Amino acid sequence: MSKVSRRKFLAGSLAGGAAVMVAPAQKALAAGNFSGFPDGMGVLVDMTRCVGCRSCEAACNKEQNLPAPEQSFDDYSVFDQTFHHGTQKRRPTEGAYTVVNRYETEGSDKPTYRKIQCMHCNEPSCLTSCFVKAYTKTNEGAVIYDEHVCVGCRTCMVACPHHIPAYSYSRVIDPVVKKCIFCYETRVSKGKPPACVDICPAQVMTFGKRKDLLRIAHARIKRNPEKYQDEVFGEHTVGGSAWMYLSGAPFEELGFDTDLPTEPVISNVKGFLGMVPMVLAIWPALFTGMHLLATKNKDHGHEDSHAEEGEE
Amino acid sequence: MFVAPNWHMKGFLLLMLALMLPLNAYAMDAPDSVTIDVIAQYYEPAEFDHAMHTEVAEDCSTCHHHATGTGTTDPYCLRCHSDYEELDEVSCQGCHSEDTFSAEAINRQSQQDLFHSDMIGLKGAYHQSCLGCHQEMDGPVGCEDCHAKNDEGEKLFYSGDYAPEPTENAGSGH
Ligand code: SF4
Ligand code: SF4
Ligand code: SF4
Repeated sequence: MSKVSRRKFLAGSLAGGAAVMVAPAQKALAAGNFSGFPDGMGVLVDMTRCVGCRSCEAACNKEQNLPAPEQSFDDYSVFDQTFHHGTQKRRPTEGAYTVVNRYETEGSDKPTYRKIQCMHCNEPSCLTSCFVKAYTKTNEGAVIYDEHVCVGCRTCMVACPHHIPAYSYSRVIDPVVKKCIFCYETRVSKGKPPACVDICPAQVMTFGKRKDLLRIAHARIKRNPEKYQDEVFGEHTVGGSAWMYLSGAPFEELGFDTDLPTEPVISNVKGFLGMVPMVLAIWPALFTGMHLLATKNKDHGHEDSHAEEGEE
Repeated sequence: MFVAPNWHMKGFLLLMLALMLPLNAYAMDAPDSVTIDVIAQYYEPAEFDHAMHTEVAEDCSTCHHHATGTGTTDPYCLRCHSDYEELDEVSCQGCHSEDTFSAEAINRQSQQDLFHSDMIGLKGAYHQSCLGCHQEMDGPVGCEDCHAKNDEGEKLFYSGDYAPEPTENAGSGH
């Protein structure tokens, strides 16, 4: 089934996206250790190109029918916002699946901008930690979720090594997870690039097969070793991800967690899904503990949407 | 696109390529001005003053790489393009596709024997090429310095007539 669909997707993308594949949710990861589908798609984010125009945020808002922002998308004062006593820049929220932040780095008179969204991990911790199986890793590489299955337990939010999932607290009775879905239904399942990639004036993001993007990324570094850090963030981090980053400045100066292991947070998925009853009991507690240890003063989306203290 | 004079370029470009390039007439017919409307969905078209830029740029290769036959100074490009030959394609979109991530473009990324498999699209090429230079030379760098948003653009950005009401707590602590 999955082989046929993958081929169909490929054929579709070669034929100009003619074949529309909206596969039913597949528990693709149930089969064991996994390093990405061979023809999985991805996005290479080249931060040396980003000019901080926030067009990608605007395009995501429109594509995903998100609520109106508090400030215009061409209001650049948002780059000055910080949270938690200046230790935290903007993070994706239930109302904004992607945000761009500005960093001043040492040895450069130009700022660096970093776009954040879900990384669409090869072995997503959000998926493996979810005991009701609300998440799916699609053949195209997208990590999507079913709002109707989500029970709002917040385990994935704690499990995600990149601090991505946010919660719709605006739905008081029945909060559910909210995050970037790689524009799966509307675009990527049809062979089209995500909305944020499509609109970017500077082609910061390159959409393609993950394996081609890796080759392209290393070729860019090789051609311009003085321009780039010799690292592709997302190639190996926590098992690798569909979205990957190239940078001119050291990654740790741009808020990337370079201490993350190369192993996925839960490296052996096989057997895991069979332990649901036990998981139900201990997993949230386990992850909460891990999270407290691992992140200390870092935090998650929803608090940011309220706790603005940057501009006094 | 630089072969097209100041009227709607797309149709004319084809005509131009068909008629002019076999006669190698580009050099005589470099346009004075070019209308760039690749992001016309959200912005007014930009009027590019080609004549002015030919004066301020060192030579054609500053923007056209090796395509105009005036040579290239980039040692990396020189490894293959040392012959100073004018190419059949001189316009930007001759190489840089308007449909950046078409099936064809994604397929090209997989062709490992193709040198230019990492080819930037047309919109990216403009902004990389223009903005890089404008930053260095103190040219205009704001989005709307070159192309003002149209109504659709203001809607998309929630700006202008569509700007959100300023809220009490926007940007303040709690
Ligand atoms: S970045 Fe987080 S939310 Fe996104 S796929 Fe990876 S673990 Fe899941
Ligand atoms: S891929 Fe789609 S959902 Fe994700 S940030 Fe981009 S526009 Fe938003
Ligand atoms: S649209 Fe592109 S250049 Fe603009 S902020 Fe987003 S990634 Fe950067």
